[in-house]
Amino acid sequence: MPRPVRFNIHPKQADIHDNIAIADMPAGLQGEGYFATSLEKVVGLARKNSIWPLPFATSCCGIEFMATMGSHYDLARFGSERMGFTPRQCDLLMVMGTIAKKMAPVLRQVYLQMAEPRWVLAVGACASSGGIFDTYSVLQGIDQIIPVDVYVPGCPPRPEAILDGVIKIQELVHNESLRRRNSEHYKNLLGTYGIQ
Amino acid sequence: MALTNEYIQQRLQEKFGELVTGVEQPYGMFTFEVPKSHNLKVMQFLHDDEALGFRFLTDLTAVHYPDAPGRELAVVYHLHNLAENVRIRLKVFTAVTEPDVYTATALYQSANWMERETYDFYGVNFVGHPNLKRILNVDEMDYFPMRKEFPLEDQTRIDKDDDMFGRGGHIN
Ligand code: SF4
Repeated sequence: MPRPVRFNIHPKQADIHDNIAIADMPAGLQGEGYFATSLEKVVGLARKNSIWPLPFATSCCGIEFMATMGSHYDLARFGSERMGFTPRQCDLLMVMGTIAKKMAPVLRQVYLQMAEPRWVLAVGACASSGGIFDTYSVLQGIDQIIPVDVYVPGCPPRPEAILDGVIKIQELVHNESLRRRNSEHYKNLLGTYGIQ
Repeated sequence: MALTNEYIQQRLQEKFGELVTGVEQPYGMFTFEVPKSHNLKVMQFLHDDEALGFRFLTDLTAVHYPDAPGRELAVVYHLHNLAENVRIRLKVFTAVTEPDVYTATALYQSANWMERETYDFYGVNFVGHPNLKRILNVDEMDYFPMRKEFPLEDQTRIDKDDDMFGRGGHIN
């Protein structure tokens, strides 16, 4: 009986281009020796592919994040190689886990210390809505204290889901207008959270 | 001589007589009740006595019995004799309208944080405690969450469907 095992007896010759992702060129005007496009697109492209995440992992979802960062799922493939552990340097606040009410001012402080532009990813049911902890001591979703860009559902979400959330954030970063942060709408949004 | 439950009971009754009530031994652990005015005297005796020597306070907590008028709050002390490895449980009851109990911090240092926790969750007012304020919950909290009249669920979230989240139930 043949074994249900496949041996890799015809390995593919490694091709360096399989392992390097090159971002597509933004639309623009091209001719011999020059290329013209809008600054916004270039900045968006650069930001999108070099997001520095700040992991804020408080419980079980943080374990999934460790897998996401590890070699198997490898968040670094998306340009997020470097975790920053100071909010001043980071672009993306990844909140993973149960946020107790006592932790809420800390999380808010961390958000306030991040420089604009900043994005927030709420990973897991707890960060998104309080999850199974429908109780007096747990914050019922971090959107009660800071604005959230992308929610990742699951308890816990699989690493693929977290990666998907990061890719959604990348799309936001890529397509966001450079002036969005100065807009009335954005200021009003922050105003509803009492953030200047 | 091993420290038996019978011996502890005999010594306590010699010293305090009728004040020691509600003696039971669930799972072999000697448990008794004293009036709340005597909690310190009894613990002092258990602590100082050479033969008894309960010098360690393992745990201190409270229980809320809403259906026992005048005895709604029970404060429970777990004492440990480390040399003999014997544990006992001491209870005092108080009315929820007047939740004053003398603090054990002078006798056991470990009572300090545990009494703060008990105050935090049950609102037991430990008379004489050096720093009786909330320890685990947020400072702004204005109720005692483990008392049974308060719902367990967070009331700030209004978009949760009560049927789906099992809210609105009651223990009775
Ligand atoms: S969503 Fe689930 S896995 Fe994630 S922190 Fe909450 S309880 Fe843990």
